[in-house]
Amino acid sequence: MAEKVLMKGNEAIAEAAILAGCRHYFGYPITPQTEIAAYMAKRMPKIGGCFLQAESEVAAINMVYGLASTGKRVMTSSSSPGISLKAEGLSYMAGSDLPALVVNVQRGGPGLGGIQPSQSDYFQATRGGGHGDYHMIVLAPASVQEMASLTFKGFDLAEKYRVTSMILADGTMGQMMEPVELEMGEVNEHDKSWAVTGTKMARKHNIINSLSLNSEQLEQQNFERFERYKKIEENEVMYEEFMMDDAEICVVAFGIASRVSKNAIMEARAKGIKVGMIRPITLWPFPKKALETAAEKCKAFISVELSMGQMIEDVELAIRCKRPVTLCNRVGGMIPSSEQVLATIEQVQGGLE
Amino acid sequence: MIVFEKPKALADVPFHYCPGCTHGIIHRLVAEAIDELGIEGQTIGVAPVGCSVFAYNYFNCDMVEAAHGRAPAVATGLKRSDPENHIVFTYQGDGDLASIGMAETVHAATRNENITIIFVNNAIYGMTGGQMAPTSLPGQVTQTSPYGRDPKHCGYPVKVCEMLSQLEGPEYLERVAVNNIKNIRAAKKAIKKAFENQIQGKGFSLVEVLSSCPTNWGMTPQKALEWIDEAMIPYYPLGVYKDRSAE
Amino acid sequence: MKTTQILIAGFGGQGVLFAGKFLAYKGLLEDRQVSWLPSYGPEMRGGTANCSVTISDAPIGSPIVTKPDCLIAMNLPSLLKYKDTVKAGGTIILDSALISEKVERDDVNVYYVPATKLAGEAGFPTLANMILTGKYLAAVDEVGMADIDDVLAKVVPPKKANLVEINKQALTIGHDYE
Repeated sequence: MAEKVLMKGNEAIAEAAILAGCRHYFGYPITPQTEIAAYMAKRMPKIGGCFLQAESEVAAINMVYGLASTGKRVMTSSSSPGISLKAEGLSYMAGSDLPALVVNVQRGGPGLGGIQPSQSDYFQATRGGGHGDYHMIVLAPASVQEMASLTFKGFDLAEKYRVTSMILADGTMGQMMEPVELEMGEVNEHDKSWAVTGTKMARKHNIINSLSLNSEQLEQQNFERFERYKKIEENEVMYEEFMMDDAEICVVAFGIASRVSKNAIMEARAKGIKVGMIRPITLWPFPKKALETAAEKCKAFISVELSMGQMIEDVELAIRCKRPVTLCNRVGGMIPSSEQVLATIEQVQGGLE
Repeated sequence: MIVFEKPKALADVPFHYCPGCTHGIIHRLVAEAIDELGIEGQTIGVAPVGCSVFAYNYFNCDMVEAAHGRAPAVATGLKRSDPENHIVFTYQGDGDLASIGMAETVHAATRNENITIIFVNNAIYGMTGGQMAPTSLPGQVTQTSPYGRDPKHCGYPVKVCEMLSQLEGPEYLERVAVNNIKNIRAAKKAIKKAFENQIQGKGFSLVEVLSSCPTNWGMTPQKALEWIDEAMIPYYPLGVYKDRSAE
Repeated sequence: MKTTQILIAGFGGQGVLFAGKFLAYKGLLEDRQVSWLPSYGPEMRGGTANCSVTISDAPIGSPIVTKPDCLIAMNLPSLLKYKDTVKAGGTIILDSALISEKVERDDVNVYYVPATKLAGEAGFPTLANMILTGKYLAAVDEVGMADIDDVLAKVVPPKKANLVEINKQALTIGHDYE
């Protein structure tokens, strides 16, 4: 096992990206994720890579679009307001079937909002963010180790399915330090015959494009894309079960909310309450089946979120509203305390008795 | 004996452009430059949003379609992917380059990004049916300036070459026109130079091409070419605005 | 199974985050689970800064310290804000050169260390943070000073290796202060 180093979540993302073979980063400074850009600015010139500070988030995502068109690994990172600006590019990348990694270290919104942690871009991330029918693979790390490992995996999934992978983190995950093991394994090779690298006069020209004025053709492209999405839903769902074996109450939480919830669950267990947690690691595809199965024996669900209640809709859909789902939340940069989560667990338990 | 043929870099497909539109001439000049420099196999073109949106179908080199105005940013990514081997050009209209994509244009220029930009200025939005462009002339009647462009209300036209020439960054800026044989020859020379600069690693080279839009100007093709001489060139003088290597 | 949650708070620029990083690395080198979470944003420059450090034998749930076992307070606003959050039986270490107030709780151990004054006298006025950290090593930490050479080698950047020695001195002053 490699030596563990203490790293900030943002730095872990950057280093894991480099280990994944990413040699191009384009971005624009915004709190609380600027450490990623700073790390890349320092490292890229030393490993023959390219860090470029773009004039805007819009330009940055389009530089990513250009670079991704050449079949190489590329990333950008931002925080909530910046991701809104990138939404155009995300839609174009989806329409052109380009792989890339985009990081959103969320902060409170809407508008300029604040700079403290938030999960209120859940809808934006899981529903695509830009215009049109599309999805991104949305990965939600809950530790600095996962900031690294999901970044590494995110690049691989992006290339495998020709989609954008998004790391949906929050200010806490970006700023905190924890031990990380950076042994990430081999980088998989994927087909790049679609890339524009110059024809070398040896093949017909490749075109990277999302325009299709023929409606039947555009419909067909959407169908094909969703066939790929279906494969992702079948093969790539990731979640963690915590104390679920005999659980009667199921907490659903991701990222920092899941960390706080773990404390609350242990305290509730100490009080004899049978509560567990399903922590989605992929927010899209959402672990629908795991929740549906849990709904067979759990009598109630609690969705713990740093939003006004966004993931709760996916929880209700996944369990087909068979069981009551209670929201436990804080917003605007506030984080639910373990006491608040525990109180909600106790309140829900009271309703069951 | 063959006396005239299509450049090899141009695809053998019919263009969708209106009769009398000069996009076809400009496409040809770009393709001739690519042929003469022998760079088709390493060239990647970026098509804009606007009338030339289908340019990706018209060139035989690899092509990328960019979002509206973002071509210089996309080209930056394409170039930085492999600066030694990729020859990258964008082909953009006035709305794309000088309105919605102004920031991308200015910053690619100020970075002296080693790319070639073909900027087609016809003083109007063609694809959407003839609205006011950032380069529409004072008094010019368009769908969205039906009483003539009033600078007091919506400002003055953007003079792209003049503006960019104030920057330290760019290598080469020239304005040409394609409304007569003499101007077309000069345009060809400028476009080829803009590619040569990139091959030689000199940096950002932009050629602004004054072009006609008979359909949306409401003129015959012949009259439209004359209007370039009468109205456009006086406002947008032809010439080299910056050539660092020559200085 | 033991978990220690530490909250270090003060003005931006007092070395709050560095002291936290030192303790987190110390835990890591002792093969324990650790997390370090700073406050961040504009308040870091001149305003209040704090950092949560958790050191545990078990996987760490929330990295946010709301009920610390130990509070290290480097200015009055931080002491006032956090003194009542310290767990009963916990510890408060404060810089008595900057804070004249006394803590009126009898269920916590309080250490008054005039760290800023001691640091000035010792010739490294910016290391009050490490003097207070030294007191923490004496009062709370299980391993104490035994492995600080290894820890300092990790947290002091190679370019600033000349600072290792004075950090060690500062830790020692705090550790030995009665």
